[in-house]
This record gives sequence, structure tokens and C-alpha cells, in this order.
Amino acid sequence: MVAYIIRRLIGAAVMLAVVSMVTFSIFFVVPRAAGATAEDFAARYVGKTATDETISKLADSLGFNDPVVVQYGRWVKGIFAGSEYNTGASVESCPAPCFGYSFITHQPVWPDLMDRLPVTLSLALGAAVVWLLAGIGTGVLSALRRGSIFDRAAMTVALAGVSLPIFFTGIVSLVVFSYGLGITAPGGVYVPLFENPVQWAYHLLLPWITLAFLYAASYARLTRAGMLETMGEDYIRTARAKGLPERMVVVKHGLRGALTPIVTIFGLDFGLLLGGAVLTEKTFTLNGVGKYAINAIVKNDLPQIMGVTMLAAFFVVFANLVVDLLYAVVDPRVRLG
Amino acid sequence: MSFLELKDLRIHFPTDDGLVKSVDGLSFSLERGKTLGIVGESGSGKSVTSLGILGLHKGGRARISGEIWLDGEELVGASQEHVRKLRGKKMAMIFQDPLSAMHPFYTVGDQIIEAYRIHNDVSKKVARKHAIDMLGRVGIPQPERRVDSYPHEFSGGMRQRAMIAMALSCDPELLIADEPTTALDVTVQAQILDLMRDLQRDFDAALIVITHDLGVVAELSDDILVMYGGKCVEYGTSEDIFERPEHPYTWGLLGSMPRLDREPTERLLPIKGSPPSLINVPSGCAFHPRCAFEERTGGLGSTKVPELLETEGGHLVRCHLSHERRRAIWENEIKPNLEAS
Amino acid sequence: MMKRSGAALLAAGVALTLGLTACGGGGGGNEAAKDNGGSSAGGAQDAFNAGIDKVYNPSDKKGGTLKMAISEDWDSVDPGDTYYALSWNLIRIYGRSLVMYNPAPGAEGRKLVPDLAESLGTPSDGGKTWTYKLRTGVKFEDGTPITSKDVKYAVLRSMDKSTFVNGPTYFNDWLDLPKDFKSVYKTPDVNTDQAIETPDDQTIVFHLNRAFGGFDNFAALPGTIPVPKDKDTGIKYRDHVIASGPYMFDKVEPGKQYTLVRNPNWDPATDPNRKALPDGYEISLGVNADDLDNRIISGDLHVDLAGSGVQPAALGRVLSDPAMKARVDNPTSARTWYTSIIGDVPPLDNVECRKAVIYGADRVSLQNAYGGEFAGGDIATSLMPPSIGGWKKLDLYPTGTGDAAKAKEALTACGKPDGFETTMAYRSDRPKEKATAEALQQSLAKVGIKLTLKGYPTSDYYSLYAGKPDFVKKNSIGLATNGWGADWNDGFGFMSQITDSRTIRAAGNYNLSVKSPEIDALIDQAYVETDTAKRDELWAQVDQKVMENAFVLPSVYSKSVLVRGKGVTNAFVTGAFDMYDYLAMGVQQ
Repeated sequence: MVAYIIRRLIGAAVMLAVVSMVTFSIFFVVPRAAGATAEDFAARYVGKTATDETISKLADSLGFNDPVVVQYGRWVKGIFAGSEYNTGASVESCPAPCFGYSFITHQPVWPDLMDRLPVTLSLALGAAVVWLLAGIGTGVLSALRRGSIFDRAAMTVALAGVSLPIFFTGIVSLVVFSYGLGITAPGGVYVPLFENPVQWAYHLLLPWITLAFLYAASYARLTRAGMLETMGEDYIRTARAKGLPERMVVVKHGLRGALTPIVTIFGLDFGLLLGGAVLTEKTFTLNGVGKYAINAIVKNDLPQIMGVTMLAAFFVVFANLVVDLLYAVVDPRVRLG
Repeated sequence: MSFLELKDLRIHFPTDDGLVKSVDGLSFSLERGKTLGIVGESGSGKSVTSLGILGLHKGGRARISGEIWLDGEELVGASQEHVRKLRGKKMAMIFQDPLSAMHPFYTVGDQIIEAYRIHNDVSKKVARKHAIDMLGRVGIPQPERRVDSYPHEFSGGMRQRAMIAMALSCDPELLIADEPTTALDVTVQAQILDLMRDLQRDFDAALIVITHDLGVVAELSDDILVMYGGKCVEYGTSEDIFERPEHPYTWGLLGSMPRLDREPTERLLPIKGSPPSLINVPSGCAFHPRCAFEERTGGLGSTKVPELLETEGGHLVRCHLSHERRRAIWENEIKPNLEAS
Repeated sequence: MMKRSGAALLAAGVALTLGLTACGGGGGGNEAAKDNGGSSAGGAQDAFNAGIDKVYNPSDKKGGTLKMAISEDWDSVDPGDTYYALSWNLIRIYGRSLVMYNPAPGAEGRKLVPDLAESLGTPSDGGKTWTYKLRTGVKFEDGTPITSKDVKYAVLRSMDKSTFVNGPTYFNDWLDLPKDFKSVYKTPDVNTDQAIETPDDQTIVFHLNRAFGGFDNFAALPGTIPVPKDKDTGIKYRDHVIASGPYMFDKVEPGKQYTLVRNPNWDPATDPNRKALPDGYEISLGVNADDLDNRIISGDLHVDLAGSGVQPAALGRVLSDPAMKARVDNPTSARTWYTSIIGDVPPLDNVECRKAVIYGADRVSLQNAYGGEFAGGDIATSLMPPSIGGWKKLDLYPTGTGDAAKAKEALTACGKPDGFETTMAYRSDRPKEKATAEALQQSLAKVGIKLTLKGYPTSDYYSLYAGKPDFVKKNSIGLATNGWGADWNDGFGFMSQITDSRTIRAAGNYNLSVKSPEIDALIDQAYVETDTAKRDELWAQVDQKVMENAFVLPSVYSKSVLVRGKGVTNAFVTGAFDMYDYLAMGVQQ
């Protein structure tokens, strides 16, 4: 078990290294293929009448004149050993893990990410609770009342949930519930959990529900399918024959049996979300990792892109590991090795 | 009144294709300490009957009529909750394939503990001790250790023993075993049958063994009920059925029974045709399309449903042929064949 | 439209004219500012264009928080490092430059009035030296008095282009600096008095390397907003800009939010231009653009800081509902959206083939591609927009749905009677330009000109693709969507960067197609011409030549659909930036 985890952790580290190299290359390789010079790269980050001199100075100070390998090496070194940053007026030191400074805002990337992570975390956690409750609950009821009006209605709504994009449902629900009825908060505000839990939840409620809607739908379908399968299993008959109350039969035996694929999907979904709920954050103007990512990409801000990519990759890789470990917990027949 | 009595039990399932009459007018009775074997092909209604006794069709789509009396209580009309409380406690069941019948995600111990604690208000610790006791009783070595094993960590025979331990955990008065040995290999089958016989004696329970294999009931049963198309076609003591069987279907079953006293290379004699559709039950005698002696009924076979009639000493047969003709056929045509083959 | 939206203060000439205008106005700027546009009558009645050329809901009532938001972000709040029009508009709430744009509606807003200085600049030495006297009693937010040395430091620091890459370069180009001066950080000890002198705390003297009559326009740049040397943290100064105006930064969360509160050390007695109505500002960054519109409509927000109009999603609703339309202002900006017809790529090297493109184009569909009459703008007949001095309506080409006969005629004259094939570039992440390319592809196909459309990312459009002549030639890009805007409505400011062939570099060009010695010569003439009317006339000629040579296919003179926030007071569109004047606006109590 321990050996297994160690092996997986090494694999994860290699994976992250590969991701970082690929991301780094994409940033340079694609424009280079179009014939971009170091100055062309620098020209992305200057005002519009910047002179050639300004541009070439900037190219120098951002290190674009060095081979990509050297630039990558510098980036890696910053993470482990920290680096220094010239503000013009002075030299600041950026302690490890230093993911560099934004080319545009000149803010160090790591604190920025750590500043935004709680937002994404809050969003993902709350949404996950909502979608697990709603999705699994609906799925179980649908399965138990297969073919009923409830089942059909729920599955229709679920289909809508899967198909409707969040920037649509999000904007519509803001207009209706926040600006129209005034029962939920408008977008754009995040109150930290430990500052005021009520306000935290109040401002996140609509994003939670909107985001959860998307996921609840697929979880409902997944749960329904799983429950239909497990409720037909012999061990359900056994549980009933033992005289268990029906609720226990459904939850302890039926749902437990249907849980394995849900745990797997959930782990991966959640891991992905921690890397940034891009559309939700954008729609509700939540300053989380996802919005940071989209901004970084739009502005070609390499240090930010790298930082956010690594963070997202870390969560995905980590979630995969956790899912695999959980698998053994959920299903004792699974052996890790 | 007997400990268990079924009176004209009917269990019908409405489906899109029509009404499935899985059990259609079944009556029998059983005393404590006695064993009844119910024999029939798959689809004959034997498993549906057993689930019906446990009340496991309730709440589903089944239409149930008739009466089931257990220890003086009528169950068909009883509330679901009441029947649930009897399940597992007063009446318990052992299922066919213990691998699929036990929950793969819980330990064997947990599953026994769960069954025990539902009906007995005891602490987990006490229940666990009881589970270990039960595992020991059914012959599982090192029960203290095995109690924490998962079903997949057991061998097939061990699993069936565990299943039996689970069924017996609340000391039931009626035990129904549905094909208890089908999934097991022959030597293990024998061990399990021995175990069940011993336990039944110890617990003084009424036992119903459901099987398609006459060999199994031969070992265990006091009485045997042969089912065909949801109806009883022959009922009698074990001796009646093996020594003086009167129904052509029973003859067929005997012919297709593998016997330890025969050479394994010998051919079995399968019953021709296939079990009847329970939706479009053949007119007249349900067995007539497959019956080798149908023409001897003078056309009655395909037109009239035969009655279940007593021939002698509680031996019941549902056949248009007369008692004498059946005896003659058995003695002259069937028995010599079975022995010769 | 350029990489940095808005602010196209392009070259000295801009300043030249405006300087003259402003000088002509003399000290009257102060008076005009005091009553916010003087004679313009205004009211609180909601009406379409109620904020154009007049003040909507005039008020002197103080209080409330003005809530602003923007869907992206802008370069910087550091006065030495910003080049966005919206930023120059906004910066006046926390920074005081020597001279400023008059907070008044319409054309009045383009006038310069003294701010930190007591009056506009005094030229001497034939315009090579400019002297300003600072008002007394002006203080930084920490109570330190502002001296001429703080202004000098601010100007010098903004010239460090390896630290501040965003701002304009006028001072670098025009100040007479010693050769050994590199930057305030690298060579702090070099004497720079030959460029900027501060004989006393209230006086600042600029010495230019050549005479320049419009220096007041430079003095209005955010670069002259004072920066205390001991608080300067280089590129990090943007995290805490020290205020000299009526508001100071309270919370600075880069990429997320700014809040500003009243600066207790701002003394209204020193400031005739600012009413400072709100008690504070809340500026949210990176707000989802559609949500932003909805919030302004619902009253949750007051201003879209970008000032470029509502998103397509809200457009229909805003214009079709009469109650909503009464909250709309629809100003024309000094911006033209057009398509460059690139003569480097055969057969477009032949003027007749270029003309065929213009004749064949369905001009109405191009207008629609940009959003139609209100959100797009009027169909443009030339490159130069009407708000530029000297503009004349040209009538060289039909503006209907395409003239196939004339196009065929031109093709025949070009020697390509059956048409030709070429490639058209556009910014793939801009739906309007994509629609433009598609509309053009459709209408030109009718006259036999086959377009292959190629989209490129906005971020590298000029630096790697359409703005790079090598790339253009290699990929035979004959047409490319383009756009240009100026904040100063002046011929030089609008035209020089996009019509002067001598400015074309190896990459990063905004002029993709106008290459004519004849035009270059006209530009040179305009540059030395000191008479405004004559100079305007010369720029109009440039415009005419551009169209005669069919270097560009103009689409629209840009208009924007701005929605007035609920409960705003003193709202009007300023001619300086063609968006709401952020300094003047207040909130209803």
C-alpha cells in the first residue's frame, strides 16, 4: 500500500513535469512556428506606441532572448530555490515556491493563486454538496419509481441540465433571482467563509446551484442507472429476506453498491473543478482560479499560465490518486498493486 | 393446523404481454422439524412460492391471493411491516449463489451482525460474538478471523456456510433453502447437505428445500412436492416419489436425475420439449404437450385440467390417467428403463 | 482598434493643434469648468441621448458610492504606465496632472484647463521652453505638500521604458535630456536640469529638444501627475498609487477590485475643476460582460468603465424597449472600422483591382457585421471619422449593397475580368470581424473575387500576422480587418500611424496598406503647417488620397450604445474620451 502510494506519487511528479514542459513549449513553439522573434513576444506586453527600444529592453528583461530550455530551467529553479525580481526601483526576492511574476500585472503568481484558491474551493465544495445531494437523491428516487411521472420529469430536467451551458443558466438565473426577485446575491462578491459564513453562503448560493445543476443532472442519470442495476442484484433480495427495512435496503445495500462509479467520476470532476470552474467563475465574476486562468490565457501571460496549469494539473493528478485509493475503500474486491 | 400451511396460493404478475401465472393454486402444509422438497424445472414457480411465503413480492406488481398460515398467523393479508419483522427472524432463507447473494462490499461478519441486530436489540459487540458463534457452528474454521473477511475471500462452500449462518442467526422456525447447493461442486454439495440436515435437527425448524435436482431432496426431505407450470402435479412422501411415482413429469425428472449409483458415462434421459409458457398455459393439462402418454388419456389431456387427487395415504397426483394405469406404466415401462439404462 | 483600446494619443501633431485651441481659449477654461459645460441645458428626464452634448440630471449633491465595473482590466493605475482612454478618464479622480481635460459635455470636454498648475503653460524661447506655476496648498494623501520636484520626478520616472512599458513616449521624444541619463532608478545622480528645472517648489520648467507649440497636451498626460520619490516602488507603485486628487485608493486587489475613498488632504479650494460628488468608488474588474450589462440595467452598477457600449446580448433589449432606450446614449467615437486592401499582394498592386473590392462590397452587410446603425455606426465613406477637424464627406464609391457592374468594369481595367483569388485575415476571437470577413466573402464572390478567410488571435494579430509585412506577403493576405481610434480628434493623431508609409516596421504595424509617396508628402506638409484650418485641409486631402487609391475599404464610423446607470447624476459623454465623464458623475441620494 505504502509502496503503491510512493510509486504513484513519483508518477504524479513526472506527470507534472511533463505537463509543465508541454505548456511551456506550446507557449513558445506555436508563435515561433509563425516566425516570432523575441521582440515579437515582448511586443505583446507593451503599450501601443512603444518604441523598438522599449520592446527589445522588455524582451531582454523577460528573458525571451535565451533559448527556451534556459528559460524553462529558470522557471523550474524559481520553484525550488526562489528567484529575484527587479521592480525598477528595487530588487524583490521571491521565495520558493516562486512561480514567477506576471508579465502584465507584475504580481507574483503563487500568492495570487493561493489568494484565489479559496474562492474556487468554496465554489467547488458547495456545488459538490448540492449536486451530490440533488443528483444522487433524484437518481435514487427515479430508479425506485422507474417509469413514474417523477422519473420522467426528473430525467427530462436532467437532460436539460446536461445540455444547457452555464453561461446561459448562470446569466438567466442572475437576471431572474438576483435582479428580478432579489432573493439571491448578485454576482461578483466573495466573502471568505471564516469572515462571515452566512454571507459566504449567501453570495455563493446561486453559483453553487447553477454549477451543481450541470453536474447533478449527470449524477442523477448515473445514480439511476446504477440503482436500477444494483436493486436487481441478488444481495438486495438477501437484504430484504433478512428483514431489513426498505430504506436500509435502498441506502445501505442498493446505493452502496451503485456508489463505485459515482465515487470515481466525482473524484475526477472535483479535481478538475479545483483547477478552476472557468465558466462559472467567469459568469458570476468570482475571482477564483478559473477566472485567473482565462485571463492569463487571453493575455498570454506565461508565468500565470504556467502557475495555473500546474495547479490544475496537480489537482487532477492528485484526484486521480485519491480516486484510486478510494476505490479500494469503496470496493474491497479491488487490490492496489 | 400445521406450522406452515398454504391454501390455494396464487401469485400472478401482470405484464405487457399478459398475465403470468407463476403460482396458480398451490396448497401444502409442513410441520416443525420436517423437511419439504419442492422440485421442478426453472419457471415452475417454486422460487416464486418461496419468495411469496417470505412476503418478498409485496409492494411489487404481483397479485397474490390465497392464504399462507405460519404458526397460526395469516401472512397474505398481514401488513408489510409485520411480515418484514418476521422475515429473517421467524422465517429465513438461504439463496442459491452465495457470491451474488451476499453484498460484496460488506464483510461476512457485518452481514450476519446486521441480520442479527435488526431483530435483536443487542450491542455490536454482542452481535459480533454471536456472528462468530454462528460461523463456528456452520463449520467455518477460525471464525474469529474469518468474521472480518469479505465474501470474495471465501471459497464457494465457505460462502454457502456463511450464508446458512446468516439465515440461522436469528434462530428461525422456518428455513427455506433455494437451490442451496447448485453453485457448488459435488463433494462440497454433500457437505452442505449434511450440514443442513444436522442444523435442522438442532434447530428443530421446518425446512423447505427448493431444487430442480431430485438428488438433493432425496437426501433431505420427508415430503416432496413436484411443481409444473405453477401447479403441484405430485405430492407425497420421499418414498412415494422415489418408489411409486405416478406423474409422467416426475418420471421424467427421475430419468434426468444423475445418480451416484450409475456410471457417469450413461446418458441421462431428458424430458423432451421445454417448460410451458406461463402466459399462454397449454389448454388442459399443462404438461400434455410434453407428455409421452397423452394419447392414452383419450383426448382429455389437451381439453381438461386434471384435478390433484389423492391416490393413497396422502400421495397426491394431478393426472388424467387412472391410478392403475399409472402404476402399470411405472412398473412396466418406466422403472425397468430407468434401471436398465 | 488597437491593442490598447481607446487612447490613441499618437504624436506631437495632436498636441500641436489642441494646444493652440486651448491657448486660444485662454484662461477661460476655469470658468467653463466651474459650471460644467456652461450654457448646455440639462435635465433629469430619461431620454435617448440625454447625455450627449448636455448634462443629464445635473446635481451638486455629494455622497453615495459610484459603482463601476469592467469586463477585463486595463494596463495600470500607475499614472506613469497607462495608455487606456478609460484610464486617462478615470485617473482624474485620484491624480492631478499639470493640465487636464475639462469635465464638460461634448466638444467642451476636449478643452484643456489648468489643474495642478495655476494656468496653462507659458512658452518662451520660441516654444522650446514651457513654464508652469503650481497652485499652493495642494497635498498628497498623506498630507505632504506637492512640489514641482514631485512632478519632475513623476515625468522622469515615466520615461523609464524598461520598467514602464505601457505609457506614451512623448517626453522621451521631446525633452532635452543629457545623454548619460538612463532612468531615475539606474542613474539617479545625473543632473537633469537641462530637461526639467525646478527653480522653486511651485515652478517647473520644461526644456524641449525642439520647439513645440502644443506642449499643454503633454502637460495633460497622466505622466505629469506627481509621484513622491520616497513612495515610488517602481513597477509595484501601481499597488499603492499616492493620490493627489480628491480620492485615494483604499483597497487594491489587482485583477479583482479597487475601492477609492475621499482623500482628506484634498482641498477643494485648490481645485476649480472637480465637484467630487460621490463619497467613494467601487471598481470591480473582470466582471462577466453580459452580467455587467444586466447589472447596469437593473441598477446594481452605475458605469461600465470600458465605455465601449453594451454587449450584443443586451443590445436588442436596450434598443427595442422604449423605457430602456431612454437610458441610452449613442455617441460617435473618433474611431473607424475598416478593411485594409494590401497592395503588396498581387493583383491588388493594381489600383483597379483594389477598387473592384470596394465596388463589389456590400456596405450594408458590413455595417450590420459591426452591429448595425446604433451599435456599429454609420456607414463610413472614408478612413477619417467625422469628428476629426477638417473632415469632408467623400462620395467616391457607392454605399449600397454592392455595385457589380462597376466592380466588373474595374476588374476588366485591372486585367482580371474573371476576378481573382486572395486571402483575408481577421481577428478570430472578434465575432464582428469574423462577420465582416464572411460578409465580404459573400458579396465579393458575386463579382468573381474569391476570398479565403483566415482568422488569427487578437493578441498576435499585429505583432505576428497581419501587422508583419513578411508574413502578409508569404501568405498572400490581400485583405485584413482593421480599426483605429484616436482620443484627440485631430488629423495627425488619427491618421499618422495608419497612413504614413515611413512608419512601417518589420512587425507590429497598424498601417497595413497605405503606401504612397504622395500621401507621405502631404503628411510632411501638414506636420509643418501651423495654421489649424490649413492643416485640417491637408489631412482631409490625405483622407481623399487614401480613398482614391483604394487602400482601405471603410466599414463604419464607430458608435457605441452606452446605458446610463440608474440613479446617476451629472452624467454626460465627454468629447475627450467619447464615454461618460467619470470625474463629473455623481450618485443620487
